[in-house]
Amino acid sequence: MSDTLSTGTVPASAPPPTRPSSRHLAVARLRDLALVPAIVAVAIVGWIISPVFLSTDNVLNVLQSMSEIAILVLAQTIVLITGKMDLSLESTFGLAPGIAAWLVVDPELTRGLGLGLLPDAWAVPVVLLVGALVGAFNGLLIVRFGLNGFIVTLGMLIILRGLLTGISGGQTFFALPGSMTYLGSTSWLGVPASIWVSLLLFAAGIVVLGHTRTGRALYAIGGNADAARAAGIRTDRVLWVALVVASVLAALAGLLISGRLAAVPAAQGDGAIFQVFAAAVIGGVSLNGGRGSVFGAFTGVLLLFMIINVLTLAGVPAQWTNFLNGAVILVALVVSRITGGKAQT
Amino acid sequence: MTAAPYHPGDADRPVVEAVDITKRFGSTLALSGAGIMVRRGETHALVGRNGAGKSTLVGILTGLQAADGGAVAFDGRPAPPLADRDAWRQRVACVYQKSTIIPTLTVAENLFLNRHARSRAGLIRWSSLRREAQHLLAQWSVDVDVRQPAATLSVEQRQFVEIARALSFGARFIVLDEPTAQLDAAGIDRLFTRIRDLRGQGVTFLFISHHLQEIYDLCDRVTVFRDARHILTAPVAGLSRQALVAAMTGEDVTMPEADHRPPASDAPVLLSVRDLVTASGARLSMRVRAGEVVGIAGGGGSGKVEVAEAVVGLARPVAGSVTLAGRVLRPGSVPDALAAGVGLVPQDRHREGLVPGLSIAENVTMTVPQRIGRYGLISRARRDALARDTIAALTIKAAGPQTPVADLSGGNQQKVVMGRALANDPRLLVLVTPTAGVDVRSKQTLLGVVEDVRRRGTAVLVVSDELDDLRICDRVLVMFQGRVVAEMAHGWSDNDLVAAMEGVDLHHV
Repeated sequence: MSDTLSTGTVPASAPPPTRPSSRHLAVARLRDLALVPAIVAVAIVGWIISPVFLSTDNVLNVLQSMSEIAILVLAQTIVLITGKMDLSLESTFGLAPGIAAWLVVDPELTRGLGLGLLPDAWAVPVVLLVGALVGAFNGLLIVRFGLNGFIVTLGMLIILRGLLTGISGGQTFFALPGSMTYLGSTSWLGVPASIWVSLLLFAAGIVVLGHTRTGRALYAIGGNADAARAAGIRTDRVLWVALVVASVLAALAGLLISGRLAAVPAAQGDGAIFQVFAAAVIGGVSLNGGRGSVFGAFTGVLLLFMIINVLTLAGVPAQWTNFLNGAVILVALVVSRITGGKAQT
Repeated sequence: MTAAPYHPGDADRPVVEAVDITKRFGSTLALSGAGIMVRRGETHALVGRNGAGKSTLVGILTGLQAADGGAVAFDGRPAPPLADRDAWRQRVACVYQKSTIIPTLTVAENLFLNRHARSRAGLIRWSSLRREAQHLLAQWSVDVDVRQPAATLSVEQRQFVEIARALSFGARFIVLDEPTAQLDAAGIDRLFTRIRDLRGQGVTFLFISHHLQEIYDLCDRVTVFRDARHILTAPVAGLSRQALVAAMTGEDVTMPEADHRPPASDAPVLLSVRDLVTASGARLSMRVRAGEVVGIAGGGGSGKVEVAEAVVGLARPVAGSVTLAGRVLRPGSVPDALAAGVGLVPQDRHREGLVPGLSIAENVTMTVPQRIGRYGLISRARRDALARDTIAALTIKAAGPQTPVADLSGGNQQKVVMGRALANDPRLLVLVTPTAGVDVRSKQTLLGVVEDVRRRGTAVLVVSDELDDLRICDRVLVMFQGRVVAEMAHGWSDNDLVAAMEGVDLHHV
């Protein structure tokens, strides 16, 4: 056997592979907190521009204005971590309370807008049921029939928006029953209930995704679906549950905003999905699945709404808000690319 | 766990025994009455050429696929039903070439995925999970920090982690599917040390490799599969390399060989490759004369495809130059290579060779827009005429030039790729695995084309590990681990060539 052709005779002189430095590990754990410095910086800038910024009223104002979108971000985060995406959340956000209002509202009071078929007490269950049905239908197409999640939910986004426009005739449902307006309009301990609800949901999300087997299964599926299946995870079932939970959360968020505004406009949630995606990605959730955290997503949505609030306080004309929103998203992405060291995908 | 606990029995019963296994995929017979018996505590090698049925057998032994016929027994008892994953995991584990690690999760979580340590409230206890993971890795002496994301593991560490995970399910029988394919020599050495240690602790291995030397270094017995059948099982020590290679190759059904006429010895040198180094580190220098057919042979990971891609401009080489008919090709530029007269049949026709939704005519003429029109406008008539010529010359079975290539069979698709490579009347034709996945008839046509073009003075490179492809060559350069290790003139013996591709030299043992 000549030396050039042997494979197994090389002495084990090479050092064993080096361990990654502890610094690397620290960075990995700190990624959750990546946006905290940015949030502090915006808070300081806001306080300099207007001392009102850090007043209790304004802080509650920011938290309330973001609470509904934040729940959508939570819903989208759950879906994104499994490696899928759900564009239809923004339409579910409008349709779920819309259907409830349509079935419950008295046509006598609203010039024939509603049907008045169901008693008022049914409104909230109907909202959540519509969410669950939309999620189950998404699951049927994506999980069962293996269709592309992006296209399926794009189709659902359009169809659900069209359904809401159809049943409302493009108008706004009003004269909603008290059960529908309660959560969005009441206060607990001096703090609007919608803030409590969104914070509690985020806390629950952190616990479920970080500390239960089902939550970790979401990460496993998003990271490597075959490996997850090999580890005994029922991947189809988990995906289905994720899609249903996300849609129910979107319906609940829609209920909160309907309650706050005491109305369901036909365009409720229209275009919100872009902000939702932006907040999730800024918060470190990967569009490729398997990476990101609920806390990170929360910091993402908080940062976005703080910046919008600062711009408002600074007197930036409303016509420029969209331009600046887009700029904020791009800048936040660049910043997270620099601090995270890896491209957000 | 739902399964009844599984206790391996006494030492003289085989760890696994598969008898008379038959498995069909559609019309192909993947296994035909094949079997294997692995004794407790041995390291057993499973070898065979591509398509011999090794992967199918592994799928059946690990419970991922059901056999159509035959029986599998672990420790003398029938295998559990396929749905009972837990029972399978207690008996057998497989470390595949493809990772079953989730890169975004930590090593600790990967080890205990879906069986995390939990508190009474049902919440995961990360601290005890990490402790258990550390304990598990320490038990099998795997030196890896369990807190790091699995994406940061090297291939070698990943394999150790997968082995430790398999052992933690209670399996003491582990299938290693080409574990050395992605390792360097030092890594292979450490892997073998680890395997010998575990063998000492009573773990049984089924070791699959294309490198025969490794089997002599590591294994006790070897089983050879060929053409879906079991050929032999024998102690490694008593089996010569010649006998092993002969068992693997057998009496290959050879292609009817046209009488071979070597190129004129005074033909000018057309292609000259000087000190080419690819990004993966493979090296090649060679000169090819007009009308000469040169083979570049080697197994997966030998670097043969990488050097071919560097020659044709698909990949940018790190160093070296390629000269075709006196013209130095711009490194990494396909347009320059086309302009100089290079025709290419790439390795994967689905990925690089064809646009499936477009017609035969559009695919064939893709590289030669200047021949079918002027001023950037394409003449449909001229394009279809060119395509009809190709269809006739290569006997492509299709309704006409407008047929989408997606509607063609694999062999006919490959002919379209060949037609495209020939469309610019190349001076150098580079064929990478030109007959992969095509039927015998198409194979004959495709290889017959080579004979035609070489008579017109075209130089041909055939990059393949298929003996039939290489048989038409005037000489074959054999690559192994990025280097040319042998050059064989026409008329080589199958055994010599296969042995050289596997990294063994039969004449210097």
